[in-house]
Amino acid sequence: MTTNIVEIDHLSFGYKGRLLHQGINMVFPRGKVVAIMGGSGSGKTTLLRLIGGQIKPSKGEVRVAGEVVHEQDRDGVYKLRRKMGMLFQHGALFTDLSVFDNVAFPMRELTDLPESMIRDLVLMKLNAVGLRGAHQFMPAELSGGMARRVALARAIALDPEIIMYDEPFAGLDPISMGVICGLIRSLNDALGATSIIVSHDVKETFLIADYVYFVADGVVAAEGTPHDLMQSTLPFVHQFVHGEKDGPVPFHYPAAHYQTELLSEQVV
Amino acid sequence: MIERTWRVGVGARLFALTIIYSGESFKRFHLTLREIYFTGVMSLLIIVVSAFFVGMVLALQGYNTLQKYGSSEAIGVLVALALVRELGPVVTALLFAGRAGTAITAEIGLMKATEQLSAMEMMAVNPIARVVAPRFWAGVISMPILAAIFSMVGILGGYLVAVPLIGVDDGAFWSQMQANVDFRLDIVNGLIKSLVFGVACTMIALFEGFDAPPTAEGVSRATTRTVVISSLTVLALDFVLTSFMMVV
Repeated sequence: MTTNIVEIDHLSFGYKGRLLHQGINMVFPRGKVVAIMGGSGSGKTTLLRLIGGQIKPSKGEVRVAGEVVHEQDRDGVYKLRRKMGMLFQHGALFTDLSVFDNVAFPMRELTDLPESMIRDLVLMKLNAVGLRGAHQFMPAELSGGMARRVALARAIALDPEIIMYDEPFAGLDPISMGVICGLIRSLNDALGATSIIVSHDVKETFLIADYVYFVADGVVAAEGTPHDLMQSTLPFVHQFVHGEKDGPVPFHYPAAHYQTELLSEQVV
Repeated sequence: MIERTWRVGVGARLFALTIIYSGESFKRFHLTLREIYFTGVMSLLIIVVSAFFVGMVLALQGYNTLQKYGSSEAIGVLVALALVRELGPVVTALLFAGRAGTAITAEIGLMKATEQLSAMEMMAVNPIARVVAPRFWAGVISMPILAAIFSMVGILGGYLVAVPLIGVDDGAFWSQMQANVDFRLDIVNGLIKSLVFGVACTMIALFEGFDAPPTAEGVSRATTRTVVISSLTVLALDFVLTSFMMVV
């Protein structure tokens, strides 16, 4: 058994003529919580999709449990995905199913477990995220934080080896954020899984991550433990970690000269 | 032009995959039954009401013309043939596209926009077997049944106008219909048409939903395209099928 459950090796990925990643290397050791951070549009979520085999790299490879993801056929990719659980940014709960049925969905689809056992397992998963009492609700009746917790219960339904989180803290109130933050760490340790968090929320991510990769301009701009990165003097990391308005990442999107554009007659 | 050709190719691929993964989907036939309820049973009201009025109008217009030639007893045949051969399958397909087709497109488009299909994929659950195939077979099974109900209700509407209202002879209405409507040439051909329309309308709705850009505008446009493309396809296919049926 290799130490790293996921390895990204010299990975490049382009989309519509734009190169999003250029020779990225990352490793995700078993049992750890590893974060991928970076500004909006830096291709963090795309990295999760590459790990999940939803898209193929232009160059390089992603290995999950020693298997090269893009070399697998459909059945091979599905076999690898059974080792994964994913929490989507907005939960992606099935709106026509209740909370209970959402969590039961992967069990019913992928296993032959009897309904009585599925019931017990679903209640256990919901209990782990504190929502056993909400099992009868429909997704439309849940708050954003509750929906995210149900999605988390669904992601861990089959005790995956890898749990991927796409912006798990986005749009949550401070209490929900703290709850999700604690759950990610405790579930990771309880299940013995590996967690990959894609986020740009520095405070929460640094609180639970063992290791952090910073992605900028298609490359890994910095990496290290949260403590190392807090002390980093790299201009990009410093600007990002301390939330400074201007720095290597400019406040203004590239545009024509301000005065020239205002004075020109050209219609925008 | 290239984009349209590409879309036809993607649509054909989706159709092929739907057929391939249908076996997987049939293992849990309750999913198809559930969709038959949503697409078929829930379309019944609009089908029954429309059929009733279409049958009544047919009887009125038919009587107006037939009486000039002293053949008002043939009103039953006229109503039945018009409904069974043409109006039943065609109007049912047009109503189906407007009612169930748009619902299918909007539902799948929104599932895509809210990452529900991606979530399914990431769970190693095939969305074509789980979402597309049950809806496809529900549409294909529902359409001929709805068309048959349309024709029956239409004939009833025609009867109510022709016999109690206008005063055409009751026996002549039914006996002429029985004597002149052929099971193989009229009824079976009508059912074949509705089956083909069922495949076309449902597949168009599914493809448009699956191919919709994941935005509010994208889903809205896809829904509109479902109605427009389905309607034109049904009318064009009706001409082609009628020509073949006349020759054969």
